[in-house]
Amino acid sequence: MNIHLKIWRQKDAQTEGKLVDYDLNEIDQHMSFLEMIDTLNKQLILKGDNPVEFDHDCREGICGSCGMMINGQAHGPVPGLTVCQLHMREFKENETIYVEPFRAVAFPVKRDLKIDRSAFDRIIQSGGFITASTGQPQEANALLINHETAESAFDSAACIGCGACVATCKNSSAALFTSAKISHLAKLPQGKQEADKRVLHMVAQMDEEGFGHCSNTEACEAKCPQGISVLNIARMNWEHLRAEVLK
Amino acid sequence: MKLDAKIPIGPLENKWSFYKEHARLVNPANRKKLPVIVIGTGLSGASAAASLAELGYPVQSFCFQDSARRAHSVAAQGGVNAAKNYQNDGDSVYRMFYDTLKGGDFRSREANVYRLAECSLNLIDQAVAQGVPFAREYGGYLSNRSFGGVQVSRTFYARGQTGQQLLLGAYQSLMRQVELKKVTLHTRHEMLDLVVIDGKAKGVIVRNLDTGAIERYAAEAVVIATGGFGKIYYLSTLAMGCNASAIWRAHKKGALMACPSWTQIHPTCLPQAGDYQSKLTLMSESLRNDGRIWVPKLKDEKREANDIPEEERDYYLERRYPSFGNLAPRDISSRAAKERIDAGFGVGKLRNAVYLDFSKVIKEQGMAKVKEKYGNLFSMYKKITADDAYAAPMKISPAAHFSMGGLWVDYELMTTIPGLFAVGEANFADHGANRLGANSLLQASVDGYFILPYTIANYLAGELKAEKATIKHPQFDIAEKEVKEQLELLINIKGTKTADDFHKELGKLLYDQCGLSRSAAGLTEAIKGIQLLRNAFYKDLMVSGTPGEINAELEKAGRVADYLEIAELMCHDALSREESCGAHFREEYQTPDGEALRNDEKFCYVSAWEWTGKDIEPILHPEPLVFEFIKLSVRSYS
Repeated sequence: MNIHLKIWRQKDAQTEGKLVDYDLNEIDQHMSFLEMIDTLNKQLILKGDNPVEFDHDCREGICGSCGMMINGQAHGPVPGLTVCQLHMREFKENETIYVEPFRAVAFPVKRDLKIDRSAFDRIIQSGGFITASTGQPQEANALLINHETAESAFDSAACIGCGACVATCKNSSAALFTSAKISHLAKLPQGKQEADKRVLHMVAQMDEEGFGHCSNTEACEAKCPQGISVLNIARMNWEHLRAEVLK
Repeated sequence: MKLDAKIPIGPLENKWSFYKEHARLVNPANRKKLPVIVIGTGLSGASAAASLAELGYPVQSFCFQDSARRAHSVAAQGGVNAAKNYQNDGDSVYRMFYDTLKGGDFRSREANVYRLAECSLNLIDQAVAQGVPFAREYGGYLSNRSFGGVQVSRTFYARGQTGQQLLLGAYQSLMRQVELKKVTLHTRHEMLDLVVIDGKAKGVIVRNLDTGAIERYAAEAVVIATGGFGKIYYLSTLAMGCNASAIWRAHKKGALMACPSWTQIHPTCLPQAGDYQSKLTLMSESLRNDGRIWVPKLKDEKREANDIPEEERDYYLERRYPSFGNLAPRDISSRAAKERIDAGFGVGKLRNAVYLDFSKVIKEQGMAKVKEKYGNLFSMYKKITADDAYAAPMKISPAAHFSMGGLWVDYELMTTIPGLFAVGEANFADHGANRLGANSLLQASVDGYFILPYTIANYLAGELKAEKATIKHPQFDIAEKEVKEQLELLINIKGTKTADDFHKELGKLLYDQCGLSRSAAGLTEAIKGIQLLRNAFYKDLMVSGTPGEINAELEKAGRVADYLEIAELMCHDALSREESCGAHFREEYQTPDGEALRNDEKFCYVSAWEWTGKDIEPILHPEPLVFEFIKLSVRSYS
């Protein structure tokens, strides 16, 4: 198939970027979207041009490295996928495809489609853990956790940290990401000891990084490749309110 | 060079306790004076960095990804083994030890493997304490499932994302130490050389991948935790960035490499569909519990799978291995698939796959039950291939997966360079010639959480009075100069082929001659082919851009340059081992019915290789494997 690409090219955070046109011919419809960019990049490199820089690693949807806006949608048109799992058969012959980086104040562009998501790491660093140093724990089965609780904690813990929620939100809110970690740990008995401190620190850090507020449009859940539920945000708000009151 | 594995004396079950009771300690005030560098933030690197920082050592941690949470441990699906015997099914540390040793075809050390099984008990406790949401029974107790090659249920799991959840536990512990300023984390940094001063590892040269800057870091010990290098085959189940550069550059500085050719080729992956393909996705081994593997009995069969009648199907695993059938171990299943594909019975567009058929289980257990068990895997299959595995069999094929080989380490996980440690998949230590399912997450975690913190102290206690390492030492100047020259060299070739072009060519050559089956003739030919390819690489490589900026192509080129050297060592390794064991199958050494023929008299050793210089044959240093506690037997599954 033949396609027309309009790809965001930007040298660094200080330089202004622009959309650049590329035509690609004879693309196999079974190629993944990233393999299509590999094909374009090979052509660019052999001409001596800089290839399109983009984050990617596992190419099976779990590492959370890849992420870009495709025709205005985070990870492209198919729900429940990361870009690396998106295939060219989802596009039409001669279609014009717009490819841009995830955009948010807290995610500055490093180059082309590559962005700086270290704000997410700093949010985890501020409290997204259980203080359990190596060597201290009790016997695992001494702590009973019923099936439903374990499954529900897993649902929250499944977040891959890609940032699609932020890119999709009109306010660039990181509420889904932050709340998923808060909920994962708050649902488990091991996590309850530090729950109050955790939610206060993580929410404060989220604000400090320049993410916007959540206004409950639920767009983040619709575009999350792991289907993380917005109910996590409700739990975060409840946990936060409780912690504030008890402070 | 005489290799000393430093196995502690005494009965098998007391060795690790004996070691811990006698190892030297460093007092808390002195730990602050002994900085440690950890390369890699996967399960072994993150657990090592966090555990060492908790003890009070200042840690510098490095990863090439943009976040420590993205290391490829994240992709492990099935589970992690531990001999808890929660199921009352006869499991024990000894049984797990024996299964692992046998699974590895008796080519690993008794003492190491026993310690792995012993430490598995604590690992589950540690992970639960961190908040890892393992599967639970309704009553709240931990749940288990069974995995290939064993007769008990000892695998703990978090749906199909066990690696992700264990890694996040380690990552969160690491980030806690970053917040406490005990760990300095450098994401987007790649190690390009090891600095050795007076024979000891004292630092690294890294490249900041966001700016291109070359930076120096000094420490009293260096830990390499950079995982495996199955990506050398180009098409593999690994992440695109997985590489061998850190271990290879350490090797060139004097660390021996052990059994580099032992690569696990996983039997249930998606087949290659075209030249553009960058990766072969793994489909969980658990599918073989209910799926039946077959190929048509007719060569070049043109009919669709569902149109081929039952009597014209060859269920070759059930035919060859009646007692294990479709659950035969990974090395054996992969080899059997290759045998059928090479004989012309492969299916699919490129005739490079076999069928994995669920029609029998759907008929017997019903669609709903199959959906509940495997729904997520079937939908993953559909996402990638657009095919419906409920309606027609999956097409699967073997793909390069796990490196049993790696840097040679002794019982203390120290390489032949004092002060240089290797943990997790980067070392060779525990899996022998074939790794059992759900043992990789275990080894990575146990090395980082429970073993290294003891063994590194035993080394560092001796470094307290030594002169402290500084980045002003002339060895740093030399290493930095070499790194910069190599980057300039790669970028100035200005040829006509990309790094990927060379990597694909190398991968095919290696897969054909040093993959599932090997022969003296093929390996000799491959060595020549690799040398030619390496020469072509330095004449015809094209990398655009400059070294002083973000440049993913330059990163790739450096990794491929290393692969072009390791590949040759892998072939030497495979050529010198004139027996078949585990994943290493030499065509000349097989039984009349095509099974592996081990030679315990001549090859019951670990092959450790010394780098002798560019284009010079490496030197083999065998480390004999001594079996004091178990009797070697033939690993039969038929």
